[in-house]
Amino acid sequence: MERWTKWLGLLLLVGMILNLYFIFIYAPIEKTMGIVQKIFYFHVPSAFAAFLAFFVVALFSVAFLMKRNYFYDRISYASAEIGVMFTTIVLVTGPIWAKPAWNTWWSWDPRLTTTLILWFIYIGYLVLRDFTGEDERGARFAAVFAIVGFVDVPIVYFSIRWWRTIHPQPVLMGGEGSGLAPKMLFALMFSLAVFLILYFYLLLTRLRLEKARMDVNEMKKAIALQEQ
Amino acid sequence: MIVVKNLTKSFGTQYALRGIHLEIQEGTFLSIFGPNGAGKTTFIRILSTLSRPSTGEILIDGKKLQDHAESFRQRIGVIGHSTFLYDELTAYENLQFYARLYSIPDAKARIHQALEEVGLKARADDFVRTFSRGMQQRLSIARAMLHQPDILLLDEPFTGLDQHASFMLMHWLKELKNEKRTILLVTHDLTHGLELAEHVAIFVRGKVAYFEHTDHFDESEFQNHYHKVVAAGGAA
Amino acid sequence: MNYLGKILAIAYKDLLHEYRSRETITTMMIFSFLVVVIFNFTFDPGSSYALEAAPGIIWVAFTFSGMLGLNRSFIYEIDKGCFHGLLLSPVDRGAIYLGKMIGNIIFMTIVELLTLPLFIVLFNLQFSNYLLQLLVIIVLATIGFAAVGTLFSAIAVNTKAREIMLPILLFPVVVPVILSAVNATGSLLRSDDWSQVFAWIRILLAFDVIFVAICYATFEYVVEE
Repeated sequence: MERWTKWLGLLLLVGMILNLYFIFIYAPIEKTMGIVQKIFYFHVPSAFAAFLAFFVVALFSVAFLMKRNYFYDRISYASAEIGVMFTTIVLVTGPIWAKPAWNTWWSWDPRLTTTLILWFIYIGYLVLRDFTGEDERGARFAAVFAIVGFVDVPIVYFSIRWWRTIHPQPVLMGGEGSGLAPKMLFALMFSLAVFLILYFYLLLTRLRLEKARMDVNEMKKAIALQEQ
Repeated sequence: MIVVKNLTKSFGTQYALRGIHLEIQEGTFLSIFGPNGAGKTTFIRILSTLSRPSTGEILIDGKKLQDHAESFRQRIGVIGHSTFLYDELTAYENLQFYARLYSIPDAKARIHQALEEVGLKARADDFVRTFSRGMQQRLSIARAMLHQPDILLLDEPFTGLDQHASFMLMHWLKELKNEKRTILLVTHDLTHGLELAEHVAIFVRGKVAYFEHTDHFDESEFQNHYHKVVAAGGAA
Repeated sequence: MNYLGKILAIAYKDLLHEYRSRETITTMMIFSFLVVVIFNFTFDPGSSYALEAAPGIIWVAFTFSGMLGLNRSFIYEIDKGCFHGLLLSPVDRGAIYLGKMIGNIIFMTIVELLTLPLFIVLFNLQFSNYLLQLLVIIVLATIGFAAVGTLFSAIAVNTKAREIMLPILLFPVVVPVILSAVNATGSLLRSDDWSQVFAWIRILLAFDVIFVAICYATFEYVVEE
């Protein structure tokens, strides 16, 4: 795992530098929105990374309940933390972009609102882990909650979309992928790839940290046993 | 017969049980002693299917306990320090509720019989919250015996009982013992535990440190031995 | 006794216990009334906003009082070790879940039906033509809320935070229920076309079916130790 992390870190470093070049120099400045549109290259990839992270949480929660392998549980936990971080980026960059572009910080648009609810669900997941401690009960509770929460997301999205169509409002973020200049599209795609690498790098690092922590606990236990 | 093989249970990095081996013959009365934190309660919880072991297994009549948990629950009765009784329900209603869960046929007659056995027939329609601790414990015995289990697990049943109530409980345990049930009593009260036991075990730090038939020693001998085993930290 | 009989035995026991102690429903009712009255202060009497905000306020009252009931649901089982008694008996874990869920649905529905008249009086609403439709919405939303709430309550009661944990877990997940219930009630109040109300009822139905099934299936992982 350590060698993997090292290579991935190197790849991430090169990728991130290239990514900044593509975003700020290679891709043209958007005509109407101006420089603020650049935030879009961070906003969208973060959203993708967050969704991937939460998918991983749900997948490994099911796997944990079936196999009782605590490695799966640690993957879920680590991925949830990273997912919340990416969701926070999405929720912060969204309004920064929206204010100059549409003259409003927040719109109750389905995607934005669903992201907010998603954030609350996984904050709940992290709080739950905090309040159950390290015992196996915490792992079980979190896994059950993650499964329920994940199934909930599409229903949340659907109900909010239905809500917004009943009270018509300008659809602010509609069709953002459409009509992108080829250079912009390339920069976006590249940024997406780099953010996915960032996700896996963070996941591996977090798992290594967790493993180190558990190794220390093992050692403490061994010492305690010897002393007995 | 109950066979326990290499049973362990860990909570996070803490081990409550570290390899329990036991064989309990049908119809024996086994008392399990040990200081606090020896894993006695954890052991009873696993035997009663509340908890699952981390490793190892329990076989009852050759069948794995975990694979047939629901059918074994029908055969196991548990009396603990909490009574599992609802304060706001009457004695009869409490037993009626459990009778439904255990699918007891002809429940009404069985409940009245059980109440009579523990001497609470006159109080059948009184709320449990009006009962003294001793009466609650007696009702708890009636609850545990309602489905006539052939395996009885008792976890510190003497806690909080006054002299008279303890005496009553002893009396009941004697009756149950004569009916040839397998009884496991967990306690740190040596006198009560020794009075009825055919076998005794001492748990220390999640292991069986001592296992013996009661014919092989008398009470004062055992007291000495108990302190030695506990002081030695299970090494003896 | 069969599977259904055991489920009903558990629900009946909850009702009997509540009938005797009257702890939960009384608190839920008072709380629900308080919410309705206090929200009333946010508007000038008789202002047109009141009508627009009415569905939101009534569902805030219902969900918050429901939360109180859900919290009690497992706390009183745990205090005397009764929940262990339940787990020790030869009853499928799914049956325990369904029994507790049915009990919670009944508690919540009783409180909602008792709050409704007060609400109609204070906000001067015209529901009489739509009472049946409103009942359908209330029952469906309550099922969805209690389905997830019963599972989460069993989780929350075993954490360090107990009462605080449940709302944090439950509210984000039941957003579709609250959203649908509020909007369906609003549609009824504005005498919208039935098809609009029905669209929300469809979401409620889908939520109920999906989450009763998922919570039923995952409950055993929550209560094992």
